Amino acid sequence: MNAIEAHNLYKSFGQVTAVDDVSITVKKGEIYGFLGQNGAGKTTTIRMLTGVLIPDSGTVRICDMDILKQPLEAKMHMGVIPENGTVYADLTAEQNILWTAKCYRMDRATREKKAREILIRLELDGRKDDLVRTFSKGMRQRISIACAIVHSPPVLFLDEPTTGLDVISRRLVIDTVRHMNREGSTVLITTHNIEEASALCSAISIIHKGKIIATDSPEKLRKLFDTSGFIEISFEQKITGRTLITGGISRAEPLGDKWRVYTDDADRAVKDLAKIAEQNNLKIVSVATSTPTLEQAFIEMTEGA
Amino acid sequence: MDLRMFIWSVLMVTEKDMRIYYYKGSVVIFGLLFPFIMFLTFFIGRNLDLILFFPGFLGMMLFFSASSTGPLITPWEKREKTYERLVSLPVVIESIILGDILSGAVFGFVITTLVWIAGSFLLHLPLANPSVLIAALFLGSLAFAALGTLLSSPATNTPSNIMMFSNLVRLPLIFVSGIFIPLSQLGTWAWTNMFSPLTYLVDLFHTAINGDGVYSPVLDSAVLISVIFIFVVAAKTIQQHNLLSGR
Repeated sequence: MNAIEAHNLYKSFGQVTAVDDVSITVKKGEIYGFLGQNGAGKTTTIRMLTGVLIPDSGTVRICDMDILKQPLEAKMHMGVIPENGTVYADLTAEQNILWTAKCYRMDRATREKKAREILIRLELDGRKDDLVRTFSKGMRQRISIACAIVHSPPVLFLDEPTTGLDVISRRLVIDTVRHMNREGSTVLITTHNIEEASALCSAISIIHKGKIIATDSPEKLRKLFDTSGFIEISFEQKITGRTLITGGISRAEPLGDKWRVYTDDADRAVKDLAKIAEQNNLKIVSVATSTPTLEQAFIEMTEGA
Repeated sequence: MDLRMFIWSVLMVTEKDMRIYYYKGSVVIFGLLFPFIMFLTFFIGRNLDLILFFPGFLGMMLFFSASSTGPLITPWEKREKTYERLVSLPVVIESIILGDILSGAVFGFVITTLVWIAGSFLLHLPLANPSVLIAALFLGSLAFAALGTLLSSPATNTPSNIMMFSNLVRLPLIFVSGIFIPLSQLGTWAWTNMFSPLTYLVDLFHTAINGDGVYSPVLDSAVLISVIFIFVVAAKTIQQHNLLSGR
């Protein structure tokens, strides 16, 4: 059984088509990334998947339940962390979690036990009786996550969960996502952070202008653009980019105190760079070759689409 | 849809509203202080019979208290962006509407009952029809809580806009509903009162307390029940449209 199945989702706002024929299938136990630039249609899609927005057409099934026909039953099976991780600012951290747990019909003893565990896991047990309005953005996001996972949902939706967070909060969020997945939750995460998607997800869809333009594993998406690579090189002396352009190097761009040169043939380019250094009396400080990243694959795809 | 799950979702929305919105400044001002001040403004310095006026005061109290939380909840939650979280929980649009109405109705019912108890002790009010009093409290609180929820339904995330709009709707109603001038004494202006649902609530209180209602209690109750139905359907239609248009 698939955990999430969406077919032919379509949503427009006036003349603007936000989501155009999007279909997604997420297998049980998977961490699925939904990658796209700002305004690509990620949030609109996740809002339709979670029943917050009604699609113009298309169907969504969560754990085999239709979100439009059986909304209560489908929502019982999912936890959602909306964009901006909003929780009730006039309730305390613990009240937010306990009330949410009650919405999922958990009995008092279980919800109190779970709330305690999660507050400790998310390093908020010391502030459990404080009103959320006194919390920082990172702490609010952790409470938002606590509310979404308190009932151990089979499906967890996260809409840009780490945007604007400090390093500690970000680490806690990522660790919690991994933990929930190990515990059996299927995760769908939207992000424009490519590193995050690459590190977390077993499958990724790239959405651009409301359409899905590619779906595969991060590794396979990267491989699609494996025909070109780059070399990062630094010299003791200052040089200009023109010095580095030879037959095997198509482009050179500065990158801090280094140069990144792009090539289709890394072996030939390294030899060329060594020759350039010798000819110009340049001392090489460091040199490293690299294969394309998911980021490059993403840029290539979205620019080409 | 599982009925028990649905009822639970309504109760959860009500619990959340009661915890958060009963203490908001605008609810205290427009739901509690405003009807008192309004009444005192008209009463002090005039040689008026308080017992004759008390049903009107009760009607105004229930009207303002029951309709004070509704206009605040949805715009507040949209501004704070908690509305999206709420919709993603195991609730449906009908649970949100009914939960909001129930929280407003409980607020109005409790406040007005306390005012009636205090009035009965202090003024030795008569009670001609206890069952009509219960019906008036029950139907009135639901009807005007539904009005409050309907007023908050247009898509906005600015609570002050909706509070202004709700007062624009609520204030004229108190002048044409027999609160300050009994229906029997409205004279040539009597025709205006039939368009206000508050008229029928005040009339029910008159029947209950002094036994001097103008319309039959059955008619008053039927109008209030119809009004509840109309307000709920209108609120649902607007909020459903908001959900479709993403507002």
